[in-house]
Amino acid sequence: MESASIPVRPSRSRADVAREIISKYGLIAILLVLPVAYGIQDLQDEGSLTRLATNIKDGLSNGAIWALIAVGYTLVYGIIELINFAHGDLFMIGSFVAYSLIGTIGLTVGAGTAELFFGLLLILFITMIATGTLNTMIERVAYRPLRNAPKLAPLITAVGFSFILQNIGLLWLGGSHRGVPDLINTQEDYVTIFGVPITHGDLLALVVTVPLFFFLINFISRSRIGRAMRATAQDPQAARLMGINVDTTISFTFLLGGLMAGAAGLIYALYQTDVWFFSGFTAGLIAFTAAVMGGIGNIKGAILGGLIIGCIQQISDNRIGTEWTPAIVFGYLVLILVFRPQGLLGEETREAG
Amino acid sequence: MSTETPRMATKPRGLKLPRKVGPFELSTIVAAVAILVAIFVPFYFDSGSGFMNDATVALVYVVMALGLNIVVGFAGLLDLGYVAFFAIGAYTMGWLGSTWFSGESIHIGVAEQLSSQPGIHLNWLIVLPIAAIAAATLGAILGFPTLRLRGDYIAIVTLAFGEIIGRIAINGDALKIAGQPLTAGRQGITPVDKIDLPFLEPFTSLELRHWYWMALALVVIALGVSFALRNSRLGRAWIALREDEVAAVAMGVPAVKTKLLAYGTGAAFGGMSGAFLGSFNNTVNADQFQFYFSILILGMVILGGLGSIWGVVLGAIVLTTINFYLIPDVFNSIPSKLGLDFDTTQITFAIYGFLLVIMMIIRPEGLIPERRRKQELHDESEDALVAQAP
Repeated sequence: MESASIPVRPSRSRADVAREIISKYGLIAILLVLPVAYGIQDLQDEGSLTRLATNIKDGLSNGAIWALIAVGYTLVYGIIELINFAHGDLFMIGSFVAYSLIGTIGLTVGAGTAELFFGLLLILFITMIATGTLNTMIERVAYRPLRNAPKLAPLITAVGFSFILQNIGLLWLGGSHRGVPDLINTQEDYVTIFGVPITHGDLLALVVTVPLFFFLINFISRSRIGRAMRATAQDPQAARLMGINVDTTISFTFLLGGLMAGAAGLIYALYQTDVWFFSGFTAGLIAFTAAVMGGIGNIKGAILGGLIIGCIQQISDNRIGTEWTPAIVFGYLVLILVFRPQGLLGEETREAG
Repeated sequence: MSTETPRMATKPRGLKLPRKVGPFELSTIVAAVAILVAIFVPFYFDSGSGFMNDATVALVYVVMALGLNIVVGFAGLLDLGYVAFFAIGAYTMGWLGSTWFSGESIHIGVAEQLSSQPGIHLNWLIVLPIAAIAAATLGAILGFPTLRLRGDYIAIVTLAFGEIIGRIAINGDALKIAGQPLTAGRQGITPVDKIDLPFLEPFTSLELRHWYWMALALVVIALGVSFALRNSRLGRAWIALREDEVAAVAMGVPAVKTKLLAYGTGAAFGGMSGAFLGSFNNTVNADQFQFYFSILILGMVILGGLGSIWGVVLGAIVLTTINFYLIPDVFNSIPSKLGLDFDTTQITFAIYGFLLVIMMIIRPEGLIPERRRKQELHDESEDALVAQAP
C-alpha cells in the first residue's frame, strides 16, 4: 500500500503560482462565505452584528469541544497515519462516564460553589483517565496487531470498534437521550459584552480547554516523551534506532488523545445537558472535519479547525436549521479535501498531496 | 501472522482438491451446482414464507456486495458511503414507479389498473437501467473529488457523501422543486409499483418466489459482470492501481478513468439493487439509508474476502443469515439466560463490529481468499519492511 511520494516539479510556472494562491486563500474565502453573508443580512435587518457575534461566541464554545476531540484524531494520525474511527465514540463514552459520575458522586443542582468545583474537578480527572485507558486498550487490541498489515486493515477494525463502543453506550444508558442535571446553570449569563451574553457554559468551556491545550502543546514540544512522539511521527524506524520505544510512544499518544476526548465528554455533558449513545458518530465526523481543516497531524491546526467548525455549525444551526447542519459540515469536509487536502496550517503530506 | 507462513508452506500437498475434473474447472462445477440449487430451493418452501422473504433480500445483498467488491476489493478504494447508491436506485424506483409525482401522468408498459393512476409509472425493466445509470453517474461524480486523495481519506470523503445523501433523503420532504417535494422523508414513498415482466402477471407480495428468481437473475448478472471484469484489461488495471498507484500510472494505466469506472460499475449494482428493493419493500423510506447499511455491505465483502467473488457471495449469505436468523431467533435468548437484561438484536452492530475486528486480526484475507491478496497479506519478508518505512 505504501508508495513513493510524487516528486515536486522543479520549475514553477505562473499557472502553478496561481493555483497555489487559489488553494491557499480559496479555503479561507469559502470559510468566510457564511459569516459574511449573514453579517450583511443582519446589518440590513437589525442594524447590528449582535446576532452574528452571539452565534460566533456559541460557536467558539462548541468548537472548543470539537477541538478537544480533533486533537485526538490529529495526534493519532500524525504518528501512525490511521484515522481512528472509534474516537468519536470514545468521546461519547466519556460523556456517559461523566453523566454516571455526576449521579454517583451525588452532585445536584444547587450545590455550593466549592462542592461543585471540587466535585467537577474530580469527575474531570476520572473521566479523562477512563477514556485515556480505554483508548490505549483499543490500540493494543485492535491496531497494534495490524501494524504491518495493509492500511485498510486498521481502518476497518477502527470502524468495528466504533460500533462496539456505540452498542456499549446503547446498553449502558439505553437508546433515548438522557438529561444531565444542569449543575452550572449553563444558559445563565455571566457578563454581557457589547450585547453578547457570555454564559456559564462558555466560561466552563474556556476554563477547561485553555489549560488543557496549553499543557498539551507544551508537553508535545518540550517533554522527553513529546519529543519521542514527534520523532516516531517523522520516522518510526529511525526513532527505534535512536532508542525510542515506538510501541510505548504510540500507546502514549492514544492515551493523550483519550484524555482529551474524556474532557470533551464532560464539557459536552454539562454544556448540552444531554447525552446520547449516537452523539459520538456525528461528533467524530465533525471533529475529523476540524482536524482535516486545520491540517491533519498539526495540533494547533486541529484547535483552530475545531473552533472554525464550531462557528460554522452554530451559524448553520441558528440560521439554516439543525437538520441540515451535518450535511453542511460534511459538504465543507469534501470541499476542503478537494481544494486543500493539507488544510489551513498543514504541510503537503504524501497521503494528501 | 508470522506463524502463518511456515504453516502454509508445510501443508501436505496431497490433500489439495484437484483443480480440474474432466474438461471443467472444479470451481465452475461448484458454481453451476450452487446456482442450480439456488434455483430449486423455493420449491421446498411456502411461497409467502418468511424464509422466502429473507432469501430474496439475501440475494439482493449479494448483488450489492458484489458491486462494492469491485470498488473495495478490485480497485482498493475503501468506500464507506455505498448506501448512497442504494438510495439513488431506490428513489429512482420511487420517482418513476409510484403516484409520487401526482401532477404528471406518464405510463409506459404498465398494467391496465395502473394506467388510470396519476404519477409516473414506468415498467420496472425500464426503471432498472435508469437506476443503474443514475447510480453510476452519481458514483463517478462522487468519485471525482477523491481522485487526488489516497487511502483513508477516500473512506472519509465517501462516508461524508453517504451522509449528505442520507440527510437529503431525510429532509427531502422540505426540499421543494416547483412545489413538488423531493422525497417523502421518513414517511416513505409508498406504494411502489410491482415488477411487471412482459408475458407474465405482475408480481405480488403473496408469491415471493417470483421475486426470488428475479433477484437470483440479478445475482447471476452481477457474477457474470464481476468475472468478466476481473479477467479483463480493466480488471488488471484496477488491481495494478490497488497494488501500487505510482507504478501503475508509470506503466500507462489511466488512473482517472480507471478509478471512475470502478466507482461507476460498483455504484450501478447498488442502483439496481435499490430499484429492486424499492419495489419489493413497497416503500422508499429515508430510514433505510443510514451509515449502518454501508458497513453491513462492507462487512459482507470483508468477511468473504476482499476481491474474491465467491467469497463475497458467501460473506453476503453468511452475514444475512446472522442478521435475519441467528441474531433475532437463535441467539436472542442467550443474554437473558446469562442473567443480562438485553436482546441480541440491540447489539447487532456490536456483533458486526466484533466480526470486523476478529476477521481483520485473525484472517484478513476472508473466508474464501483471493489468491493474490492472500500472498500480499502473508508475504512477510519484503512488504513488512516497506510498510514500516514511512
